[in-house]
Amino acid sequence: MTTMPAPATLSPAQLRELYERMVLIRVFETESERQYKAAKIGGYCHLSSGQEAATVGVVHTMQPDDVLVTGYRCHGFALARGVSPEAVMAELFGRRDGCAHGRGGSMHLLDVERGFYGGWGIVAGQLPVATGLALALVRRGKEQAVVCELGDGAVNMGAWHESLNLAALWRLPVVFLVVNNGYGMGTSVARASAEPDLYKRASAFRMHGERVDGDDLEAVLEASGRLLKRAREEREPAVLEVLTYRYRGHSVADAGLAYRTKEEVTERMQQDPIVRVRAKLRDGGCSDDELDAIDARIDERVAEAVKFADASPEPDVSELARNVYAPGSAGQFSRMRPGSPFGEETLVFDAGLGS
Amino acid sequence: MSATAERADAGTTGTQRMTYREALRLALREELQRDERVFIMGEEVGVFEGSYKVTAGLMDEFGSERIRDTPISEEGFVGAAVGAAMGGERPVAEIMTINFLLVAMDQVVNHAAKVRTMFGGEVGCPMVIRTPNGGGNQLTAQHSQSLEAWFAGTPGLKVVAPATPEDAKGLLKSAIRDDDPVLVVENLPIYKEKGEVPLDPEFVTPIGLANVARGGTDITIVSHSFATVRSLKAAEKLAAEHDLSVEVVDLRSLRPLDVETVAASVAKTNRVVCVEEGWPSYGVSAELAARIQKACFDDLDAPVERVGMAEVPLPYAKNLELAALPGEDRIQAAVLATLDQ
Repeated sequence: MTTMPAPATLSPAQLRELYERMVLIRVFETESERQYKAAKIGGYCHLSSGQEAATVGVVHTMQPDDVLVTGYRCHGFALARGVSPEAVMAELFGRRDGCAHGRGGSMHLLDVERGFYGGWGIVAGQLPVATGLALALVRRGKEQAVVCELGDGAVNMGAWHESLNLAALWRLPVVFLVVNNGYGMGTSVARASAEPDLYKRASAFRMHGERVDGDDLEAVLEASGRLLKRAREEREPAVLEVLTYRYRGHSVADAGLAYRTKEEVTERMQQDPIVRVRAKLRDGGCSDDELDAIDARIDERVAEAVKFADASPEPDVSELARNVYAPGSAGQFSRMRPGSPFGEETLVFDAGLGS
Repeated sequence: MSATAERADAGTTGTQRMTYREALRLALREELQRDERVFIMGEEVGVFEGSYKVTAGLMDEFGSERIRDTPISEEGFVGAAVGAAMGGERPVAEIMTINFLLVAMDQVVNHAAKVRTMFGGEVGCPMVIRTPNGGGNQLTAQHSQSLEAWFAGTPGLKVVAPATPEDAKGLLKSAIRDDDPVLVVENLPIYKEKGEVPLDPEFVTPIGLANVARGGTDITIVSHSFATVRSLKAAEKLAAEHDLSVEVVDLRSLRPLDVETVAASVAKTNRVVCVEEGWPSYGVSAELAARIQKACFDDLDAPVERVGMAEVPLPYAKNLELAALPGEDRIQAAVLATLDQ
């Protein structure tokens, strides 16, 4: 039933491309942390360093018309889906050329053209939304699937249980991708989940669930490719749990050592997914020089993204009330007078709502 | 120390300068010591010592049975607090931010708020929910809201919103000792603010009493939570730059609401600006405006003015966020406009 090329048949060129994307995410995240500390990025900034194989692997098995929904740790998913580093970095900088035009920031990246319907900020809030996107695919007769990313912390929310039940009951084409990095904020999976084998929970809904080593790119490709094909062709939802690790804290503000040891982090870094792919490429005949050249190119690319973001203008304050409602709604609010949530600057700022 | 705060003689006297966060921790610690029924539940309250470090050190002192880490399950543990309270305990649930409390809204509004009256007074629900509101840190639309008006509009709930370290301690203690469900609205930017806090373990700030945080004669500002901090700064500037005497009434409690103190102030100054961090439409300032026009119809020399968050989901970009928040400049402008200046 496997559709994706079996791991062994990934061409060297494909593997190199995936390596490049993983390195892009790693370098981008490192740069994000630097820019956050330089106060170019504000708010929350959740990094995904260490989770690149899971991210790139799953997204690679998506078709162009498949749909992606994620939680707030979404930089990597945006990049893996092909959103340009410029558009992502500009969003983190809160600039007009950001993928959400400076409105969303780190947690709310999206790219509708690429079927990426958002990073969402409330734990598990994206699950019902993803379920509904899958319902929309079915209703429109599209043989596509939804990937719904969530963290291990989200599986104890009511929305998880309700969404899985709906997806199974209505046979919706959605793969719930549980990125199990060991910790929901500072709470380990064992301390949060009575059934810490998270994939097993799918069985409560007679849904298929399985777990793979999320730091093994080829294992991720195989499982994800298979489950997405099943979702598209047979409308069978599934839970795919990928075991991985986040090297950084919950967010840049968290050192990430209050609830785990330095030794644990160091030990996990020994299984680094990028190092593993690099070794495979080397075994396949890729020289270190070639690989270093890829790394150097990525460094440049990310530096360019920072330059682009820095040069992009801030959103205009006069557009503060833009897009609160759909175009054409202004008339409905026109009799509400100053202070109404619509339109021009005067409407927003008059009547003591602004100077 | 405010004039309205109650103090019983329990031996410990004097005050200590501490942050709002430390004052909350002191209140929790004292109540945990005073009453065995008091226990804390929430995400990251134990090992992690609290997302905003309010509960730092409490697990070491009181153990993991009383300082109980929960999974990310707001509806579950808020509902568990309702049940525990009905069963005779005094749970204090910490919700990481008021935005996440929406996940548990059904338990708060349909359950906690209904227990006492729906069951004919046969059983109560003495529980506390502590949670911070507020924007200003570029946390964007899903993490920056000030939604206390939603709860203050719900019969059966009590809602307090301290603006100072002293009131943080006093109101949280009152909330824990109260026999009804009380929402204690804390505030992200105030956590680090310092002030003198009474050390007396019997010190409480009564629920339902506003505080005249600054006396004045020209105009009244009514506010709560971080809007009070902003309003006090604006009042100072208006005194310095425009020689105006601005009275600031800090509500402290939203439900019950101390209309008497507000009305007495407006009767004196004849002009009023209501300031809140939340959206004014259907908000705290809307409630105030309705009550002020009723209580002070003959005293008012100008329409009641309001300042609040621009009516948009809070955007991420720094410049947009600043424009949307009810900053001091906007409060000053509203005061001057209300005084026809």
